Amino acid sequence: MSFVRRLGPALFAPVLAIVVAVVISSAVMAALQVNPLRVFEVMIDFGETPTQQINALVVIINRAVPLFLSGLAVAIAFRMGLFNIGVEGQYRLATIMSAAAGAAVSLPGPLHVVFIIVVAMLVGAFWAGIVAVLKVTRGVSEVISSIMLNFVALGLASYFLTGPFRGSEEGSQIVGTTQIPESGWVPGLNGVLSALGLASPPRQLYGFLIIAAVVGVLLGVLLNRTRFGFDLKASGLSPSAASASGVNARAMVIKTMLLSGAVAGLIGLPDLLGQTHAYTTNFTAGLGFLGIAVALLGRNRPGGIALAALLFAFLDRALVPLQIADFPASVVTIIQGTIVLAVVVANEIARRLTRRAAERGGSQATGTVVAGDGGTGPAQGPPTGPAGTTDERQGAQA
Amino acid sequence: MSTVLTASGPDARTGNPLLNLFTGGGRTRRLMWLLIGIVVVLAAVRVISGENELTSSSTIAAALLLAVPIGLAALGGLFAERAGVVNIGLEGMMILGTWGAGWAGYQWGWGAALAGGLLFGAVGGLLHALATVTFGVDHVVSGVAINILAAGIARFLSEILYTDNPRGGGVTQSPALVGAKPPALSLPGLSSGPDLLGDLEGLHWFLISDVAGVLRGVSHEVGVLTLFAILLIPATYLLLWRTAFGLRLRSCGENPAAADSLGVPVYRMKYIAVVISGALAGMGGVFLVFIAGIYRENQTNGRGFIGLAALIFGNWRPGGLAAGAGLFGYSDGLQLRSRSAVVALLLLVAILLVAVAVWQFVKRRLVQSVLAVAVAVAALAGFLTIDVLPPGIVSFTPHLTTLLVLSLASQRLRMPQADGLVYRRGEH
Repeated sequence: MSFVRRLGPALFAPVLAIVVAVVISSAVMAALQVNPLRVFEVMIDFGETPTQQINALVVIINRAVPLFLSGLAVAIAFRMGLFNIGVEGQYRLATIMSAAAGAAVSLPGPLHVVFIIVVAMLVGAFWAGIVAVLKVTRGVSEVISSIMLNFVALGLASYFLTGPFRGSEEGSQIVGTTQIPESGWVPGLNGVLSALGLASPPRQLYGFLIIAAVVGVLLGVLLNRTRFGFDLKASGLSPSAASASGVNARAMVIKTMLLSGAVAGLIGLPDLLGQTHAYTTNFTAGLGFLGIAVALLGRNRPGGIALAALLFAFLDRALVPLQIADFPASVVTIIQGTIVLAVVVANEIARRLTRRAAERGGSQATGTVVAGDGGTGPAQGPPTGPAGTTDERQGAQA
Repeated sequence: MSTVLTASGPDARTGNPLLNLFTGGGRTRRLMWLLIGIVVVLAAVRVISGENELTSSSTIAAALLLAVPIGLAALGGLFAERAGVVNIGLEGMMILGTWGAGWAGYQWGWGAALAGGLLFGAVGGLLHALATVTFGVDHVVSGVAINILAAGIARFLSEILYTDNPRGGGVTQSPALVGAKPPALSLPGLSSGPDLLGDLEGLHWFLISDVAGVLRGVSHEVGVLTLFAILLIPATYLLLWRTAFGLRLRSCGENPAAADSLGVPVYRMKYIAVVISGALAGMGGVFLVFIAGIYRENQTNGRGFIGLAALIFGNWRPGGLAAGAGLFGYSDGLQLRSRSAVVALLLLVAILLVAVAVWQFVKRRLVQSVLAVAVAVAALAGFLTIDVLPPGIVSFTPHLTTLLVLSLASQRLRMPQADGLVYRRGEH
């Protein structure tokens, strides 16, 4: 019971948000004469055979891995009250740089992968570091500077792709960097699926899933179990209290943004090392912006972000089937956008409800003192107050 | 030379000459000096580099055309932020504005396009007001959500209404706008008919041709709506700083609790301000649609954000944001007109930085001075060695300009006191 009570408020907001988003987008679809039921049917239809179903799951997980990393990158900064809107530019620049660096060197197997990962993290951290330095030295709002750096990063990436890092021949349809040699690939996990007795799908499950999970766990420990994580959270909740307890606010901003950017650098790697092996003109875009939504939905906790990433990946998978079934595929974007707006509103409502409940608990506890008849009040007050609120809460949840 | 003149201008106490000219008191004279300085330096750079596009009337006209949407977005931001609501959602409201303008414009002409853009932008503003004022959501979070949502809505509506449209259009664009464009005016004699300014500009004389180019750019074939948009800036100043309504609105951004105690309906004022903000951003989108004659996806290309930067650069004042919008419009217009002219901007940067270095040296700040000289030398080297910048790099000229200007300027700015704070009645 106490488990439910603890998890209830945390789950309340996201679930409410998803319900509201589904209702609103259904209403929009119905208003424009698109049958929402048919759309949702297409969304949850994973195919007939076990192979198709497993394949759909693999597609979802493959999409969820970069979304998870993107959500983490945003959440690190969010925890401190910083808005790293520049994740988009950070990962695009990091991916092209690491793709070019990975193709240029030849190293033995795992070392090659580690080299590419390190390059990507360094580039991402550098790009986010500019934002941090501008903020602490010149007082430039990180929102504006990271947005502007997005445009600079995208311009630079397109320049690198068509200029110095160009690997494909002249006149080819898709411009890309040189392929990374096979020693720099991260092998797929389909062997594990077969070992579990599941059908082996045509699509490879990204091996980067394991790396992402490790990153998630490490960040969870760093944010929740270390001094650094505590300082970070404290700076976000109350900058003045944090600096009074000896936290150097400027250093915190720089450290946080560097960490956020380093994680952002990883976002493109699942696709790069698991599938494309080169950065091309049609490399996955928009992951950075979706990461903001994922982080908000996951309430800045690694576990929540993982669930949110899976949800968004599930919605994204529906894009192709919806197009095949001749439905407007942008329904997916609408649902995602509505979820974000609904979740922030729901978070706020949940916060207010919990506070009101707490206040009511407090006023009942003291209320007996004030309204009670002299002697018995103070003795009875404390026990009845909290008990009363517990009953109310349980009643509300039932 | 002229920048040194402006730098050692009337107010010797302050550190940042460029910005001080926009924000300090006793502005008229300093502003005049600054304008003269800019034109003289630009003329010198043009003559040295031979890039006539730098001050040609067509560049200035393009700059004006591109500055207007940015200026309108910034003006929208001014209303919202003066009432205490940070509006990162300007970009999304602008996207809605472009879509509304395209949708109404292809059916009923330019008047409807204007109305459609205003209406769609205002709806975006209403959504932001609902989230931030009524539900007390963090302003930046709500704005980011609106940006994501607006892009989705625009795509969704296009997909539904334009894919099988007999008039053309598709998933990413509307059918072309119908009817005549909004009427345009020229100064008779000077920039049309005999076109004296045009002749003068063609001579490429130092300073004289540059002034002629600038004047012709702002007086030849200027749309009535553009004039209207420019007039909105002084009108906004009068509304916000010279009326009771404006005082009440600004009081919500400075100290909402005090305003509330004096009987100002804080929530309602914030709603009004944010809806106006959305409508103005939407109107900025309308201008983008007019430039292209069609709605296209991603037409805004971050101009809402640049508008926000212009607002911050302009110190949350109408005149300042107009200057910011002009600067960003100019760099945008220049990169569209000529890629080689952008290289000449490096020379301009070098000259300005040398002036800054001298100024810092006089104030005995040696580190800053050396730093400025170093960057100036790098810019000069870039100017001397680069012929044409590749398109990828040129494309972000306005964004890089925004970033550079903000990092030079933002320390001396003062935003409204309660900007971005969630106000709940009775909780303060």
